[in-house]
Amino acid sequence: MTTTVKGILGEKLGMTQVWDDNNRVIPVTVVKAGPCVVTQVRTPETDGYSAVQLAFGAIDPRKVNKPATGHFAKAGVTPRRHLVELRTDDATEYTLGQELGADVFEAGQLVDVTGTSKGKGFAGVMKRHGFSGLRASHGVERKHRSPGSIGGCATPGRVFKGMKMAGRMGGDRQTTQNLQVAGVDSERGLLLIKGAVPGPKGGLVFVTTAVKEGSK
Amino acid sequence: MKTLDTVDAASLKAGVPDFRPGDTVKVHVKVVEGNKTRVQIFQGQVVGRSGSGVNETFTVRKVSYGVGVERIFPVHTPIIEKIELVSRGDVRRAKLYYLRDLRGKAAKIREKRENTKSEE
Repeated sequence: MTTTVKGILGEKLGMTQVWDDNNRVIPVTVVKAGPCVVTQVRTPETDGYSAVQLAFGAIDPRKVNKPATGHFAKAGVTPRRHLVELRTDDATEYTLGQELGADVFEAGQLVDVTGTSKGKGFAGVMKRHGFSGLRASHGVERKHRSPGSIGGCATPGRVFKGMKMAGRMGGDRQTTQNLQVAGVDSERGLLLIKGAVPGPKGGLVFVTTAVKEGSK
Repeated sequence: MKTLDTVDAASLKAGVPDFRPGDTVKVHVKVVEGNKTRVQIFQGQVVGRSGSGVNETFTVRKVSYGVGVERIFPVHTPIIEKIELVSRGDVRRAKLYYLRDLRGKAAKIREKRENTKSEE
């Protein structure tokens, strides 16, 4: 089975709304996609698998270390800030130094968007795991947002591993699947994606063809 | 939101009159019935405007057969063919929700005198 996956790195600009053909409002996230360059093409002969490496974002060349500088020089491109690898079977169709823009996608297609979610800091169980907390009255004192019981007593005599508790929330790599591309503006390099996308404005996002597109 | 102004510019409509809460407007709404479209006019008082840019909406209130009817339209929605300004009202609030509790003559809005402020 061969799968051809398209992908592009971009920056989330924010959300707005557009009207579709039926004059309905669609909430869209605007992503400034690309320009990305191909820095490496991986083939089964040399690397054991087929993939294409993309680079995106401006960076001061003095800040790039020597190994990375050499890697970019080999591809014949100026250094970029972010590198990502895209597993696809049609990797040989890409050439080193090739530029990719928002037009790798077309309107109506389904995509997956990967980003780093907004950090929420140290969050309690109600916010972090959706617990209900304790009731407001009937004798509950200063415990309204607490988790309640976290286990038994002498049996098992310990708290089970993986118990949902308070802790750091957000700031994780997260993928939202099956978002529809509402529009493509290849001139300005913008992708309009229906719905919300992980991460803050200005955050790095990786847009790829939906892995579950066929199953829908 | 400045970064998205160029995206929004495509959705914004030109020629929207400058109307305010208290004004009486005629909203020409496109209605799709099967494969035919016709224009329906919704005339009433603007009770308020909310939001800004592409997501700005306004509420129009009218009393139809003794029943108050309020409709909320996005200002830039394509289903509005045009907005006609009938008269300007003299009100002191941005949201005229108090009209819901009033009926008859009490629910009337005084018309704005033109000499108080130049009208475009």
